[in-house]
Amino acid sequence: MTTVSQPVVSIAGVSKIFDAGGGQTRALDGIDLSIERDEFVSLIGPSGCGKSTLLRLIGDLTAPTSGSVTINGKPARQARLDRDYGIVFQAPVLFDWRTVQANVALPLEVKGTAAADRERRVEAMLELVELKDFARHYPYQLSGGMQQRVSIARALALEPSILLMDEPFGALDEMTRERMNAEVQRIWQSTGTTVVFVTHSIPEAVFLSTKVVVMSPRPGRIVRVIDIDLPRPRTDDTRETTRYFELITEVRETLRGRRGERAARTGVASAERTAAEGGVG
Amino acid sequence: MAGDRATRQAAGISLRPIGRGLLIGGLFFVALILVWEGAKALGGDPWRFSDAAGHETVYTPPFTWAIASDLSLPHVWKIAGALAAPVQRQQEQSLAGYLVGAALYTGREAALGFLVGGILGLALAAGFVHSKLAERAFMPYVVASQTIPILALAPLIAFAFGNGVLGIVIVASYLTFFPVTIAQLRGLTSPDPRAIELMRSCAASRWTIFWKLRMPASLPYLFAALKVAATASIVGAIVGEGNPGGSQFGLGRAILNFNEQYGSGPEKLWAAMLAAALLGLGFFLIVRILELAALRGRPGAGTG
Repeated sequence: MTTVSQPVVSIAGVSKIFDAGGGQTRALDGIDLSIERDEFVSLIGPSGCGKSTLLRLIGDLTAPTSGSVTINGKPARQARLDRDYGIVFQAPVLFDWRTVQANVALPLEVKGTAAADRERRVEAMLELVELKDFARHYPYQLSGGMQQRVSIARALALEPSILLMDEPFGALDEMTRERMNAEVQRIWQSTGTTVVFVTHSIPEAVFLSTKVVVMSPRPGRIVRVIDIDLPRPRTDDTRETTRYFELITEVRETLRGRRGERAARTGVASAERTAAEGGVG
Repeated sequence: MAGDRATRQAAGISLRPIGRGLLIGGLFFVALILVWEGAKALGGDPWRFSDAAGHETVYTPPFTWAIASDLSLPHVWKIAGALAAPVQRQQEQSLAGYLVGAALYTGREAALGFLVGGILGLALAAGFVHSKLAERAFMPYVVASQTIPILALAPLIAFAFGNGVLGIVIVASYLTFFPVTIAQLRGLTSPDPRAIELMRSCAASRWTIFWKLRMPASLPYLFAALKVAATASIVGAIVGEGNPGGSQFGLGRAILNFNEQYGSGPEKLWAAMLAAALLGLGFFLIVRILELAALRGRPGAGTG
C-alpha cells in the first residue's frame, strides 16, 4: 500500500453564524480539524457549543459561513451527492409505515440498487446489528435500543466511508447505552468506516473514540484534541482500568479548565463579544 | 404475543372495525326510530289504526308538539310504505326504485367531482409544499373560494358549463378540493425535519423525498380529508342538480320535487333524505376501506 493517506474529513478555518431573531449568533469560530481514515472521533462539549452544528457541516446539512469542509478530497456537497455519508440522529427517525427491513432498504432504494442486491445488503446489515428476526416487524413494535440499531443498519446500508452520529444514545438508559457502545465499537471495527460521534457523555466518548475533540461554548471552538490510547477491543473490563479513569479525568478537566479560564477572562471575553456584535450587527 | 398479533394484522386488511361500526350504527338506527316514534307517541298527531273489519282505533298523545306532527315527522312505517308505493300515480316504478336510480345517478356525479376535487387538492398541496411563494399567492383564494355560498355559485356554473353532468361535477369538486388541499398540505409538511435531512444525506431528490417520505407520511391526513370530501361531494352534486339550471335526474331533482309535494306527502322527502344519507354513508365506507388498506401495519390504523 503506497497510497498517500488523505484525510477523510478536512475542515479549515470554518465559522458558522446563525441569524436569530434579528441578531446574529456565532455558533462556530475558527474550526480546524482533520480526521483520518478508520478513526472514531467524538465531539464533546457543553450544550450550545456547536458540536451538532459541526457534525451537520461535515454532512453538508448546513453550509459554513466561512472556511471549507472537504470530505475525501472533495467539497462536502459533492460527498453528499456521492453518498459518502451515513447518518444517525438522537431519535431513530424510522418511517413508521415501513417494516424494519424496508427502513434499512430505504437508502438503497433512493440510490436505485437492484432488488436482489438490496435484499442481500439489508440482510447483511440486519445481521450486523443482530435484528434479523425482526426484519418484518414495524418500528413501533421495537424497543428504543432496537429502533436505534435499525437506524444504524440503515445508515450503513450504502457502505458510507463516513458515519455521522448525533448523540445517538442520548435518549437511552445507562445500561442500554453501555450495551450499544460495545455494539457500535464492534460495528465500527467490522465495517472499517470512519465515525464522527457527537455526545454529552464523557465516559461514552472515552470508551469509543480514537480521539476526543473537546469544544468550548459560544462561539464553539476546539479547545483540545485528546488521543485515547486504550487498547482494543474495549470491554466492560476496560471501564474499570486506571487508564480509562485517567482519560475521563483528562477530558473532564479540559472541559472544566476551559470554563475556569473563561470565568477569569469574562471581562475581556464580553468586551470582545460586544465589539464583535457591534461589528457584524 | 403482542408482536405476533400486530404482524398478523399487518399482513391483511382487517375489516372488523368496519363491521363493528356498521353493527353499532344499525343498533343506533333502531334506537333513533324508537326515539322518533316515542316523540310522536308523546306529542304527535293522533295515531289511527284500522283493523281488517274497517274498525278504527285512535290513540291521542298527551301533548301537542309541532315538531312531532305528521307533517314534520311522518310515521316511520309511512315512509317505509311510501318507498314501496309507486313514485307517482299511474306509474309502475316504486319510490324505492326511483330513489335507487336517482342515488346512482347522483353518486356517479359525486364520484367524478370527488375525483376531480381530490386530484386538484393533491396537486395544489404538492405545489404549495414546494413553493412558499405559490402558497402565499394562492392560499388566500383557496380559502376565499369556500366563503362564497355554493348556492350562489351553482347557477353561475350551470350557466357557464351547461346544465349537464359537467356543471354538476364542477360544483361537487368545488366542495371537495378544499379539505383535501388543507389537510394534504399539513400532511406533506408533517415529516420530522430530520427525516428530510436523512433523505438528503443519501442524495435523494425533491421528487424522491416527495414520493418516499412526504406522500406516505401524509396519508393519515389525506384520508381524514377524503372522508370529509366524500360526503361534501354528495352535497355538492345534490346542490348542483337542484339549482334552477340543474338536472332532470338525481337526488337533487328528487328533493326539489318532493319538497314541492311536501304538504301532501312529507314521507317522500324523508325517503329522499334517507337515500342521500345512505349514499353518503356508502361513500364514506369506501374511503374507510381504502384507508384501512393504505394504512395497514401502521400503529393505530384500526381506529378512527
